[in-house]
Amino acid sequence: MSEISPHSRPGPAHVRDDYIALTRRKRLYSGMLLAIFVALMASGFMVADDRNAGGFWDGWTRVLDFPRVVLAEASEKVAELPGHIVTFFPALIETINIAAVSTLVGALGGMVLSMLATRGMARWPALIPLFRRIMDVMRAIPEIVIALVLIFVLGGGPVPAMIAIAFHTVGALGKLFSEVNENASLKPVEGLASVGATWTQKMLLGVVPQVAPNYFSYALLRFEINIRASAILGFVGAGGIGYELKNAMSWGQGKYDESAAIFLLLFATIVTVDQMSSVVRDRLTHGRKSEMLA
Amino acid sequence: MTLHADPMTAQISLKDQADRLFRRKRLTSLAIPLVVLAYLVYAFFAFDVPGLIDRADPENGRTLVRDSYSYKTHVTRDNRSGAVSVAIEGERKGAYPEGTSPDWVALGSGSDPVTTITLDGGGVVTFGPDQISYDIPGYGLVTARPGRTGANASFPEGPLPEWINASKNRVAITTDEARLSITRNKTELFRYSLGWELFFFTLDSPYHGMSAGDLASRAVNGEAGEIFHDFWTNAMWRHGEVAWALFETVLMAFLGTFGAAIVALPLAFLAARNFTPLTLVRQLARRLFDLFRGVDALIWTIVLARAFGPGPLTGALAILVTDTGSFGKMFSEALENVDGKQIEGLQSVGAKPVQRYRFGVIPQVTPVLLSQMLYFFESNTRSATVIGAITGGGIGLLLTQAMITQKDWEEVTYYIVLVVLLVFVMDWFSGWLRRKLIKGDAGGH
Repeated sequence: MSEISPHSRPGPAHVRDDYIALTRRKRLYSGMLLAIFVALMASGFMVADDRNAGGFWDGWTRVLDFPRVVLAEASEKVAELPGHIVTFFPALIETINIAAVSTLVGALGGMVLSMLATRGMARWPALIPLFRRIMDVMRAIPEIVIALVLIFVLGGGPVPAMIAIAFHTVGALGKLFSEVNENASLKPVEGLASVGATWTQKMLLGVVPQVAPNYFSYALLRFEINIRASAILGFVGAGGIGYELKNAMSWGQGKYDESAAIFLLLFATIVTVDQMSSVVRDRLTHGRKSEMLA
Repeated sequence: MTLHADPMTAQISLKDQADRLFRRKRLTSLAIPLVVLAYLVYAFFAFDVPGLIDRADPENGRTLVRDSYSYKTHVTRDNRSGAVSVAIEGERKGAYPEGTSPDWVALGSGSDPVTTITLDGGGVVTFGPDQISYDIPGYGLVTARPGRTGANASFPEGPLPEWINASKNRVAITTDEARLSITRNKTELFRYSLGWELFFFTLDSPYHGMSAGDLASRAVNGEAGEIFHDFWTNAMWRHGEVAWALFETVLMAFLGTFGAAIVALPLAFLAARNFTPLTLVRQLARRLFDLFRGVDALIWTIVLARAFGPGPLTGALAILVTDTGSFGKMFSEALENVDGKQIEGLQSVGAKPVQRYRFGVIPQVTPVLLSQMLYFFESNTRSATVIGAITGGGIGLLLTQAMITQKDWEEVTYYIVLVVLLVFVMDWFSGWLRRKLIKGDAGGH
């Protein structure tokens, strides 16, 4: 046919040349990206090292010094360790309570916000973008900011930490929940609407039963994160085990057995919650083997 | 035959079963909210909320809110020497140079030694050589002759209103426009104004008080460098330092996240069932991840700060260690889910182990790993703020420093706004990068 121009030579050789050129270019790009990445890492490390009080190269041999001192002191006074653990247990309970209450409050708030921000469920569909932005902002504010402001106004204690973590949790869980909501079937909601249910009834009876397992799984994951957060906030003055840790640390040498006891408590709690939540979440997502339908 | 049970009884037992199931479901659906409520009531008392409400200081809250959107200018008279000075927020770096003042203050000079301050709403305050006066609209003239014998104030007839607090040595008058306090040695007037003071230029800069148009024309005429320098080194707001602190925070997150990924990837191979048949090695790697994750970032920060001192590197390493645990776990799970067929295919054409990993495994897991890393990068920007507050680096440090002074709330507000914007930008950036790098994978992960 005369219409095929002489330039397009369909042939295996041509295709192969093209392919090789393409691969070469691709490789060049990935190589360049890799080089940029390595350069960024190296220069970033150098800048951070420069700005740090102690350098990396002198410091890294001393990384284990502090744990060694703490361990040595703890093993010396190993008999006192159970006593310390009993002493600090109430503080641990407070930390866990902060995390639990803020997860609960955050999950409830996140649930409402996520429903208000999901198409098909929203009470006021025009306001969906507004509620989405609200969740974004709540998620973006670090807990420590709210905690410090509230400590100034309310005084130290667990409540500022609780409010701060709950605030962040509303945003974080709200986003995850609205992803769950997207996948929920709207048929029960329509059914309930047809018999004249109010918005609250539609959500509670039509949506919540569908999404509850996923919500619960995300809330558990958040609980784990919140325990860590509440320990950190304690360190800046919001009560709980973090506060005790800060005090114990400020006693310095000779009192490290107390710090060791707190480290131990915190470690044990985090590992326990981590393991428990992963077992429960696994069961929630993959289903119990026997009585799934019962 | 006993094989067929009576259909009636079978039906009844089925109905019974269903009834029981419904009863149980109804009970649980009632019990869960009750348990939650009971727990919240317990927490209410465990957290001592009633005591907290007692102790809370609403005045602190008011100061905080007012300071976040307004500033006060102090006009101070030293009652012994008679010298009058004007300073924004009473700070030296916000002080008006000798002999200058904002237009609502008419400083006294040789011939007319009385300083006159005109307030919004018609109030007039004068600082005379011997006498201080405040003409309050709707109330009357308050005068005072502070000296060795006290404030010596005299008020209009009638009982003192509650916004005037007077004793022998001290008088404090709080109106909506201003606050005047007179003691033996010092007379001070605070005037509140809207906005963030001196945000662009401090008073010692020639560009203070210029309009944006003026500035633009001067910038075009070659003064852009000086203008930028005055803005960047603003002593009150320290824009340059703040920008650097933001960069440091991102740097901590960047080094921490990607450093953790680099460390975690080889370890993840050791922890994945299909790559490490040796149970001992696998268990060892997994316990290592658990240890890194279980020892909280808080503890890592403390331990590392002992070795490296405060600074961004310590923060980056704390994130790195904690995230090595999380990444190790997630990466090994991703590796356990790879499709074995590609590896087999490579094996069949004679690829060596390294080549099998490079071409059979890495391309499969890269999208998953990258997207997880970018998620972490974004969330670590937030963590870096918190860790920075403890270990002393980045915007977190500036934030805690500003909060500890308990008066620079406008700076706190500024930093909070910056942090939120930073997290937004990181969120958007990591999302954009994720979409760019993982093309054709829109539905997954």
